[in-house]
Amino acid sequence: MNQSTPPQDWDPSLVDDIVARHKGTEGPLLPILHDLQAALGFISEDAMHLVAQALNVTRADVYGVVSFYHDFRTAPPARHVLKICRAEACQAMGGEAHAEALLARLGLGWGEATADGRLTVEPVYCLGLCACGPNAMLDGAPRARLSEAGLDALVREALA
Amino acid sequence: MMRIYLPRDATTLALGGEALAAAIQAEAAKRGVAVTLIRNGSRGLFWLEPLVEIETPQGRLGFGPTQVEDVPGLFGPDLARHPKALGLVDQIPFLARQTRLTFARCGLTDPLSLADYEAHGGFKGLARAREIGPAAVCAQITASGLRGRGGAGFPTGVKLETVRKAEADHKYIVCNADEGDSGTFADRLLIEADPFCLIEGMAIAGQAVGAARGYVYLRSEYPQAIETLRAAIALAERAGQLPGFSLEVRVGAGAYVCGEETALLDSLEGKRGMVRAKPPIPALHGLFGRPTVVNNVLSLATLPFIMAEGAEAYASFGTGRSRGTMPVQLAGNVRHGGLFETAFGITLGELVEEIGGGTASGRALRAVQAGGPLGAYFAPHQFGTVYDYEAFAAQGGLIGHGGLVLFDDRVNMARMARFAMAFCAHESCGKCTPCRLGSIRGAEVLDKIIRGERRAENAALLEDLCETMKFGSLCALGGFTPYPVMSALKLFPEDFGLTPHAAALA
Repeated sequence: MNQSTPPQDWDPSLVDDIVARHKGTEGPLLPILHDLQAALGFISEDAMHLVAQALNVTRADVYGVVSFYHDFRTAPPARHVLKICRAEACQAMGGEAHAEALLARLGLGWGEATADGRLTVEPVYCLGLCACGPNAMLDGAPRARLSEAGLDALVREALA
Repeated sequence: MMRIYLPRDATTLALGGEALAAAIQAEAAKRGVAVTLIRNGSRGLFWLEPLVEIETPQGRLGFGPTQVEDVPGLFGPDLARHPKALGLVDQIPFLARQTRLTFARCGLTDPLSLADYEAHGGFKGLARAREIGPAAVCAQITASGLRGRGGAGFPTGVKLETVRKAEADHKYIVCNADEGDSGTFADRLLIEADPFCLIEGMAIAGQAVGAARGYVYLRSEYPQAIETLRAAIALAERAGQLPGFSLEVRVGAGAYVCGEETALLDSLEGKRGMVRAKPPIPALHGLFGRPTVVNNVLSLATLPFIMAEGAEAYASFGTGRSRGTMPVQLAGNVRHGGLFETAFGITLGELVEEIGGGTASGRALRAVQAGGPLGAYFAPHQFGTVYDYEAFAAQGGLIGHGGLVLFDDRVNMARMARFAMAFCAHESCGKCTPCRLGSIRGAEVLDKIIRGERRAENAALLEDLCETMKFGSLCALGGFTPYPVMSALKLFPEDFGLTPHAAALA
């Protein structure tokens, strides 16, 4: 998801519009949740409630889906999201050590945001750039061949 | 008019491709040279990306890996002396040694040009499929010997025939593009370089079984592929290439287990991606309970070649029961990383040492993980293993989706074994106990071994747990995670603080 467009403010009619766009399709829940998160930055309890009503399913059903998938958030993310690949091919290129060093410098654990709310660092398991590791993705834009210095530069770019 | 090619795919983008494109345009304007910049797909020679190509009467000259400072030199005077000059791209050994059937057009064409696609043989297969009819299409695909390229290796023709014979009000074609295995990128490369090939393949499958609707389940980690495929579908539909067949891209949400076909179907239906017990098989009771063809991108994208050139043309490549070609993906700590499509029958050692050129670090190659996070590790003494389904299975290994991840001598295999268990725990759908709990206990037992607690006893316990996961799990996630774990233990006992003898007893 691209965080460079600021999320829209909460407005129940936004949910109605998104649901209406997908309601006639087969299995509309995931496309609805993706659109909601793209518009709002996360999927709130209020939004889940409205989606459940509109699709005539229980709130538990919707919550169950939201909580199952790593992509969906139930709280607002930081302004920028840096996803660092932790899978085998990037590990083979030393990616894990770079990532751990970065997290230590920022004082963060995986999935945590900086105190000023500007950057969340999340794990991702493979970006499909495995011949050019280590890799990461900043706000939806892929970056490859990231040395430790390259990863630092990427973070500085995000925080600038 | 100077014609320059620069890929538009995620790899090039990730390596500064947009800045490079801008620099090429700016340099051309400065020199007053008329340039057509074609954003092609990648050739799959990733260590050379960004790979710029310049068209000449002799062929396309390559330059790579290209940086912005290399751009002025691309305008002459002496291209052969450019510091990044690679000569004719077709003659680069990594490319010249390949047998490109499925990936024949990748990198040659503009991925979103229907005219380019048709000029390079596109839609011939679909035309032939319409001409000969469903039963003959299924027979051709069966005769080609094509097996599912997602990992399971099930004969594609048999699956299509099963769906063809099933009676239902409607049927579906579902393309599994949830390419989650680390070390694999063939699906992404194909979709970003030749999306019409996948579209044609899905239309052929629809024609073969009588399905009017298709879905591509594409992972969210591939935003460029999503955009390219959606654009290509719109172009093909507008041009009237897909009469009677509608196609839609659905985006995954970061769950590895949705690459398992039944979890994928549940996800498409808008549910948690939970694995279903089989039977019933998806071919009879699939998406929304209808007969459904679920196949990987590579299997579907191979159908146009088989239909256009004939089953024999495909089956003439390969060895034993592994017919045709496999797009092998060389990844991780590899000198020449990329996509190498080759007939089955080459050895693992030729792939990683000759073609891959060994490690990127220049250090000793210690281990190769074949077939993704659920595939076994191989040690150098096994490099004589022939690359085909049966020979790999005999070594307790997996061809899988064709990934090979290389590790140099700095790898700690006990950490890799622990990672395999932890990854399984992270991604388990939770439906079956051996996978949901076994993976967590597995990581804990490995922690004890790594800490040096009763190593031999814990290694025996680990093996017992792995047996339970292998035979008791509902799908390959829990069922195959033991392969990387046990192969690491047996091949590299010293990393676990064990003697070879103790590891053999485990």
